[in-house]
Amino acid sequence: MTAMMTILGPVLMGAAFGFLLQRGKVTNCNVIENQFRLRDFTVLKVMGTAIVVGGLGVLLLVDTGNTKYYVKDANMLAVALGAALFGVGMVVYGYCPGTALGAIATGSVHALVGALGMVAGAILYALSFDWLKAHVLNIWALGKVRLPDVTNVPDLAWFAALAVGAVLFFWWVESAEAKQKRR
Amino acid sequence: MTTITESYVREAPRTARIDWSPYLVGAGIGLLSWIAFAVFGDPLGVTTAYSRVASLFAVPMIGPEAVAQNSYWKSMPLKWDYGVWFLVGIPAGAFIAAVMSGTWRLELVPDVWKERFGPSIAKRFVGAFFGGIVIMYGARLAGGCTSGHGISGGLQLAVSSWVFLAVMFGTGLGISALMFRKR
Repeated sequence: MTAMMTILGPVLMGAAFGFLLQRGKVTNCNVIENQFRLRDFTVLKVMGTAIVVGGLGVLLLVDTGNTKYYVKDANMLAVALGAALFGVGMVVYGYCPGTALGAIATGSVHALVGALGMVAGAILYALSFDWLKAHVLNIWALGKVRLPDVTNVPDLAWFAALAVGAVLFFWWVESAEAKQKRR
Repeated sequence: MTTITESYVREAPRTARIDWSPYLVGAGIGLLSWIAFAVFGDPLGVTTAYSRVASLFAVPMIGPEAVAQNSYWKSMPLKWDYGVWFLVGIPAGAFIAAVMSGTWRLELVPDVWKERFGPSIAKRFVGAFFGGIVIMYGARLAGGCTSGHGISGGLQLAVSSWVFLAVMFGTGLGISALMFRKR
């Protein structure tokens, strides 16, 4: 039972995740590139729905005491710099780290080459960690804060706004895509 | 190579190639998040475990002593924990999904890249490798990737994660506009 929970459990979770990524077409480099070129909104559709559906369930689970939040530190300078690099890397590579692992298994050889680059990136980060810790990571560090904390707007209101925003946005995207198809 | 690839794709039955709705896939990932939070107490994420595994590759490059002494890997040593087994699952699930839908195929240079930068495999591999370096360095600096920050952090309404999402998409759009600008 323990072995099952510690090995089979996470492998199955990963497999379900990988399966969904492939079926959602986001293990396809072209789909990701075209999201950033605003020609294909699959990535935003998948992520937006995952955030709204996942968030409401996790909120309920937290409120009923079945889990807790695992919020990452808001080291703002590091997060902003890292996210900017991530955006550059995602466009040049054509994948994010999770979809890359899925893509390798669907036959994308260039994804494998990029995965070796990711290993190199992780090594470079470890080698520069001491310097970053001294000069970057502690700048504008807010701790593990959540949007409801800093805005005094309750969780449910945030999710209501997100859900409404997502529905309106996706409705607009869908109608634009339908119009394009008719041409 | 291309003929093998093309014939493989062409022979796949059309009905089997229908992709799932991105909203359904997003909802599935959201549901997976509930399980990750409630059952395993470990939100979906990729790069932390990736970084642990990367230390293995660092051993022949900088020596076992340097890896053991490195302050980053001291805080994040190689261990076969939930996250690493989750990583093993992702390609397995994506492989199954690709084979089941008949979309498994070798891809050396993706179409979007080919259209812009030509069919050179070497060029694409160099791009993927350096993109990989940048994306992983950025992910470590920000403290997560599209899964850990984007989905898991986004659904927790974490301040750090929403900053990550905004900056990542913003830079991605900018770099993409530069990379794919019409000449």
